Amino acid sequence: MTDRATVVEINGVSKKFGQTTALQGIELEIAEREFVSLIGPSGCGKSTLLRIIGDLIEPSAGTVVVNGKSARQARRDRDYGIVFQDPVLYDWRTVAKNVALPLEVARWPRQKRNERVRKMLELVELQGFESHRPWQLSGGMQQRVSIARALSFDPALLLMDEPFGALDEMTRERLNMELLKIWEASGSTIVFVTHSIAEAVFLSTRVVVMSPRPGRISELIPIDLQQPRTGTTREEPHFFELVTRVREALHLGHDLERAAPAAREATA
Amino acid sequence: MVGRRAVDWLPALVVFVGVIALWQGLIVWTHAQQFLLPKPTSIASAFWTDKHELWSAGWYTFQEALGGFVIGSGIAILFALVLARWRPLGTALLPYAVAANAIPIIAFAPITNQWFGGGLTKSSKIAIAAVLCFFPVLVNTLRGLTSVRPQDLELMRSYAAGNVEVFRRVRIPTALPFMFTGLKVASVLAMIGAVVGEYFGGALNAIGVLILSRSRVFQFNEAWAGVLVVCIFGLALYIAVALLERLALRWLPSTLE
Repeated sequence: MTDRATVVEINGVSKKFGQTTALQGIELEIAEREFVSLIGPSGCGKSTLLRIIGDLIEPSAGTVVVNGKSARQARRDRDYGIVFQDPVLYDWRTVAKNVALPLEVARWPRQKRNERVRKMLELVELQGFESHRPWQLSGGMQQRVSIARALSFDPALLLMDEPFGALDEMTRERLNMELLKIWEASGSTIVFVTHSIAEAVFLSTRVVVMSPRPGRISELIPIDLQQPRTGTTREEPHFFELVTRVREALHLGHDLERAAPAAREATA
Repeated sequence: MVGRRAVDWLPALVVFVGVIALWQGLIVWTHAQQFLLPKPTSIASAFWTDKHELWSAGWYTFQEALGGFVIGSGIAILFALVLARWRPLGTALLPYAVAANAIPIIAFAPITNQWFGGGLTKSSKIAIAAVLCFFPVLVNTLRGLTSVRPQDLELMRSYAAGNVEVFRRVRIPTALPFMFTGLKVASVLAMIGAVVGEYFGGALNAIGVLILSRSRVFQFNEAWAGVLVVCIFGLALYIAVALLERLALRWLPSTLE
């Protein structure tokens, strides 16, 4: 991992919302081509951390470096694409126009734009739906449009905030496979927020386990399952071992929360 | 897109014919005085006899209403954009716009008649119609421009989109349904403003003046025929705006049924 360039570097990041400490003392480095999942119970600040990386909110303390520059500069340079839990598609735009949105903002010429949109819709297997409206698509298809949109300008970094959280298990597993294919094809680095242990283990090269009050990283677990992951990956004994490990790490974080303040200090 | 077949209009048509028949029947049966309420057939025959005069008077007033509608709504939309762009200004002025929206602006009609070169001018009626149209369009459009979903803005922020981009691609499309609600209200008010303005003095060939003078000399059939013409022109403007809305908001799930 060390031979690869660092894409995200988080140093001593904390975030307070009023009296509540959402994040405290976050240290994390993410290398090129990594697939990192942030997992933890609700309130652990995983979405907040993702938004801080994307400069959608500012940290109260600490710094975030993306591609060697400040998170703000990285956002201005359009270094990352983002996928939210809600697909956030504009009803007044067709599917193709939604995918083209970031390209329009970045002032790509029309022809180059159309070409790119076609390619992206092919990638997420939505050819033939160009002129549909978002609300005419199923939830899974909408999220695929959102992913196509995030990838359209070829960002080095993809930030995903529980993108499949609202989907049924079948659709979610299918989209997981598709996402891994896209990850391989695009060569991008992915930071993925989820609260599904199995999803995190299946997708990631590394899982960041977080615990709440205050939100902090409790454990980093490398996922050394064979690449590429396949339909049978989920049936391997090692997969179950890793799932168990993540689960235990999550419980440990939970127990820590109830431990004495002194013990909390020691681990923080 | 219009989606309605002729059959869907049948119930409404039955009600229309029923009400007219009931009206006619009640007046024949009770021998009501015609100054209270003339028979539909008398109104229709007065309308037919005077149709050229009525249409040209209606058209004259419609031009005033349309002018006021376009000017008032146009200025209101520009104001809404400015107030949405510079929010402190909006916060300072919006309460007054809402309050002004509740004022019976029509009460100013005799005064505006004097402001704009006397009651005989078209511009005095255009002014009163424009002021009437201004507030509902302003309040609704501004509400639309500011009721953008936070996640829609967050997405644009992730693309490092500037203010103009956000307005063009998010705020204005979000505001369109709200704006059309305001425009539909305004389209009705415009005709009211022009006609009532004429009641306080207007050109001889204006429909408001015609209704007033006919009722003063007890020609109630003719006065009612004038009211009918006002209704037709008022409805025409409303329907035109509603059609424009359908055209502009084809993307809305609700308009496709």
